[in-house]
Amino acid sequence: MDEILDGLTQIDCDILVIGGGTAGPMAALKAKKKNPEANVVLLDKANVKRSGAISMGMDGLNNSVIPGYATPEQYTKEITIANDGICDQAAVYRYAEECYGIIKELDSFGIRFQKDQNGEYDVKKVHHIGTYVLPMPNGDTVKKALYRQLRKARINIVNRYMATRLLTGEGRVAGAICVNTRTAEFLVVRAKAVIMGLGAAGRLGLPTSGYLYGTYENASNSGEGYAMAFHAGAGLANLECYQINPLIKDYNGPACAYVAGPLGGYTANAAGERFIECDYWSGQMMQEFYDELQGGKGPVFLKLDHLAEETVAEIERVLHIVERPTRGHFHAGRGTDYRKTMIEMHISEIGFCSGHSASGVFVDENARTTIAGLYAAGDMANVPHNYMLGAFTHGAFAGEDAADYIKDMDFAEFDHAEVEAERIRVLAPTKRDDGIPPNQIEYKTRRLVNDYLQPPKVTAKMQLAQKRFAEVREDMEQGMYVRDAHELMRALEASTILDCADMAAAASLYRTESRWGLYHNRVEYERDDENWFCHTILTKGADGQPAHAKKAVQPYVVDIADEEKDAYYNQRVDPSVAAE
Amino acid sequence: MPLSQTATMVPVTVNKDLCIADKGCTVCVDVCPLDVLRIAVTDDGTKTAYMKYDECWYCMPCEADCPTGAVTVNLPYLLK
Repeated sequence: MDEILDGLTQIDCDILVIGGGTAGPMAALKAKKKNPEANVVLLDKANVKRSGAISMGMDGLNNSVIPGYATPEQYTKEITIANDGICDQAAVYRYAEECYGIIKELDSFGIRFQKDQNGEYDVKKVHHIGTYVLPMPNGDTVKKALYRQLRKARINIVNRYMATRLLTGEGRVAGAICVNTRTAEFLVVRAKAVIMGLGAAGRLGLPTSGYLYGTYENASNSGEGYAMAFHAGAGLANLECYQINPLIKDYNGPACAYVAGPLGGYTANAAGERFIECDYWSGQMMQEFYDELQGGKGPVFLKLDHLAEETVAEIERVLHIVERPTRGHFHAGRGTDYRKTMIEMHISEIGFCSGHSASGVFVDENARTTIAGLYAAGDMANVPHNYMLGAFTHGAFAGEDAADYIKDMDFAEFDHAEVEAERIRVLAPTKRDDGIPPNQIEYKTRRLVNDYLQPPKVTAKMQLAQKRFAEVREDMEQGMYVRDAHELMRALEASTILDCADMAAAASLYRTESRWGLYHNRVEYERDDENWFCHTILTKGADGQPAHAKKAVQPYVVDIADEEKDAYYNQRVDPSVAAE
Repeated sequence: MPLSQTATMVPVTVNKDLCIADKGCTVCVDVCPLDVLRIAVTDDGTKTAYMKYDECWYCMPCEADCPTGAVTVNLPYLLK
């Protein structure tokens, strides 16, 4: 294994789904269900059984809109406000209307959701305004349940192939070029439609631990979706709206205030005082968190030590088996007992992820990108605050729409020279006798991301970043060296990480205002609704560099009253209350 | 420009006595999202899984899915 082999195979399919984590499997299932004759291929860089952000499951749904607890109108309003108004509501509203059906479908797959004594869904309030959080008692079984459905539907699964570039022709998508991560052999997949569910750009900033893979996101989510969309000419929206999350320091997993909050846990400063009213992740909340960290009352902690033994035991039971189960090992290693000590928290490295913020490949309410036949769903598509249920639901939209799109559609012609050019680009690091290993290219890129791109954002620093990134790119293109196919996968990831770093800098420089709290805190500029109440769309310019345009926010489906617009800016606890 | 051999303590350990790679099992290698595990032939000629690449997200599918409980995921030292 890992020996570099020479090979090129071509396969054809009707619908190619890239990414077998959350959105991808649902897209594949829905496409096949709607058109049982369609040949659907689900491709993953890892193994679909355990790939993606939910490889070990999830503790609950963070954004379920369940009749009787929340309405689509209320949810759409909440997400619009949390996202400072920059939101095409149609996609959020459609999600809010249809996610309940997806919950019932997941239930039929054997994934259970918590119910109270009356058999009603036991939904908890975590957000600033509405009630949407639904615990999943057997959340560790999500991937197994999905995999069973994929086998049953006879979806063609291709594991350990990494897509590196999309193919286009005749003004639409034509397929993708892929590389085997264990042999470096090429696979060209011709497809009538392509659905991308490649997850977040989670290996963009460097975690404070310095460990390259100690990221908040699954470290295999290194931003290929963003880079491939860019190189194919698709539009990417609001990339300056970074993802930054409040996490357990060093461990870099979620503190899970969403789990602990409804049971009485909360985020506190070093004195054990509450300083934010709401633990729901938003840019405004992160700004308060950052201010407390930097201020004299920091650092910040998750406080559970005031809770009853049974409550703490329940929290432990949930948090130590699902999503990031090594959390228990981490606390044990440091001798942290939730009953006696608060859990130190910190802010995460930056990334792109619409799951919790809003940066992503631009899509509409049908998950269509700006390229015909190309879809995106989940963390890499720009529907804000979408979380796991959003990935499932928009994955479903993509699958259903693609099933219709491919009817009477033939393969688009593409330029075969593109395949040869990509082979030369990909294999270049294997043709050298020595040079810079991918991990050093990656470390340097990500260290520069931290030094220069992390908010508060400063113009001169971001310009320096661009200069340094260009130097790293030169080193990467002229001198990167790999010894086996596994290292080649890391080399390709290093190149997508650098693409994402370039896009992060360019997008942040373009929007000359501050918005989304800490996510786009440009210290030299105030919020400017007159000029910047719009999406920013980044595309690949004629010179190969990022080009920018403004795009109007679509007229709201659900009106927001003036007095509601800034609800998320009133997060800091009144000091007279905090002292109690 | 030679490459150095810098030592690093890997987070995933495999109990050789419990590992059944010799019988053809590759479950941990198959499920790892970062693809960091491989099968090695040990000094006595038997096979065992081991962590070849120090690129661990400490996510645990290898430990959870191992049929004999041979795999343990520790936290990488840098963040422990």
